[in-house]
Amino acid sequence: MKEIVIISGKGGTGKTTITAAFASLVENKVMADCDVDAADLHLILSPDIQHEEDFYSGKTAFIRENDCTQCGKCVEVCQFDAISPDLVVDPVACEGCGVCVYFCPVNAIDFNDNLSGCWYISNTRLGPMVHARLGIAEENSGKLVTLVRRQAKLLAEQQNLDYIIVDGAPGIGCPVISSITGASAVLVVTEPTLSGQHDLERVVSLAAGHFQIPTFVCVNKYNLNEEMTDQIKEFCKSNHIHFVGQISYDDVVTKAMLNGKNIIEYSNGKTAEVIKNIWQNIEDKLGHVI
Amino acid sequence: MIISIASGKGGTGKTTVAVNLALSLGNQVQYLDCDVEEPNGHIFIKPEFQKSVTVGTPIPEVNKSKCTYCGKCGEICQYNAIVVIKNNVLVFPELCHSCAGCWLVCPENAISPIDRELGIIEQGKNGGVEFIHGKLRIGEAMSPPLIRKVKSEIDSNKTVIIDAPPGTSCPVIESVKKSDFVLLVTEPTPFGLNDLKLAVEMIRTLKLPFGLVINRSDIGNDDVRLYCKEEKIDILLEIKNDRKIAEAYSRGTSMVEIYPEYRTKFQELYHEIERRAGA
Repeated sequence: MKEIVIISGKGGTGKTTITAAFASLVENKVMADCDVDAADLHLILSPDIQHEEDFYSGKTAFIRENDCTQCGKCVEVCQFDAISPDLVVDPVACEGCGVCVYFCPVNAIDFNDNLSGCWYISNTRLGPMVHARLGIAEENSGKLVTLVRRQAKLLAEQQNLDYIIVDGAPGIGCPVISSITGASAVLVVTEPTLSGQHDLERVVSLAAGHFQIPTFVCVNKYNLNEEMTDQIKEFCKSNHIHFVGQISYDDVVTKAMLNGKNIIEYSNGKTAEVIKNIWQNIEDKLGHVI
Repeated sequence: MIISIASGKGGTGKTTVAVNLALSLGNQVQYLDCDVEEPNGHIFIKPEFQKSVTVGTPIPEVNKSKCTYCGKCGEICQYNAIVVIKNNVLVFPELCHSCAGCWLVCPENAISPIDRELGIIEQGKNGGVEFIHGKLRIGEAMSPPLIRKVKSEIDSNKTVIIDAPPGTSCPVIESVKKSDFVLLVTEPTPFGLNDLKLAVEMIRTLKLPFGLVINRSDIGNDDVRLYCKEEKIDILLEIKNDRKIAEAYSRGTSMVEIYPEYRTKFQELYHEIERRAGA
């Protein structure tokens, strides 16, 4: 079983568009949406939820006003400025470290489990899908990502599937690290802009450099700046990263999205063809790199 | 005044709006790039960097000659970042949230804080725009403490423009909190709308005044506008989809450089924000 994670560094380069297209191109797979704080894959795959579970993670402090002697010890020990001078905990700022709870001399602080979101196992017209929703202003997106991947892996084992296709988050921090740790390979979707290039270099240092994960790169909207697309190819070549394709700017991507379809379902055009080739390239190379 | 630029979805044009707002105001502006995972503001503001400092976050170091292996540090730690096993203490630096619990609780004073490197903060200037950004170290998971350090440089005598990271979770909240106004940037597509709703819920939870910028406003459909009408969210600026803007962006050129008339629009946007934030 192989797990391929689609990431981008910079946001809005087309991760979810490509992931959704892979849902039509990859046989015997489970889809997983690990962009848990701005999940969009469900808008294309229209999941029919079969199993839903709450996600509890971390704790939040709560000062019981009636028991509090207003000594202020909690404010003094809190490193996150989460307790106001009038001794109320701001649940958004609270990191759930429990230091105030421990040091309160009169045990006036409760420390309850946080409901941080929920996760789902669903059926879609293109196969099973595991996804999640992080609660508003909640933390621990990394833990929820890890949970979604674990559930997807379990499902793949039970159903004897060949692939797990994961839609990742933008950036290089906590949710991205949780999405790619231990994955079989990573596909970075970038765009030919100075920002895209800058962010590509950072995310490649993380995936291929820091974590030593086999890394593929494709460029979306390549004809926006062909010179820069060539520079990105050069960068890949000199860093021994597999360049797997370039997609031109195409209105059909937005049209497919408006119709709730992926690009492969919506069109037989050039963009669909290019994305098919990208997957073919990845599949061919996977045998060699893993 | 502190204005944050945020969005649920990535790539909708946060940096474009933040940069052009800063350049249109021109003077007494401080630009803070809080997208420390993938900062891009410097590509457009082009500051001359004058200062670069490495910043860290405190994590425990155990003096084993003082340690009695009582296990209190492991008990207080909620993140499994310090564990006592028989006659050994293990520290897992990457799991530590710097809550100080272990060194505060240690009865032998055997634990002291040392720094784990979070990344760097660079500061520079271009004309009347003071520029500050953080760059998260590759492999570092926790961006909020670095964002806090970037924000500790805020100069409240200036107009502060904060470019926030995408998403709706902790790094975004750390970036936008204590702002006087939040500008949300979206595009009128199903993905844009879905992520806008999440961003609006987040901003409402934080009880901050906000308004919307619609970028590439002539693509997609009308659902974002309908949603705004229902939710009584004001659209403060629309920017049309324009290949020239996109091409300029790809080279690191801002909108106001190729379309100087946009300066007036961004100045008007600023005055509108000023009016709303004061109200």
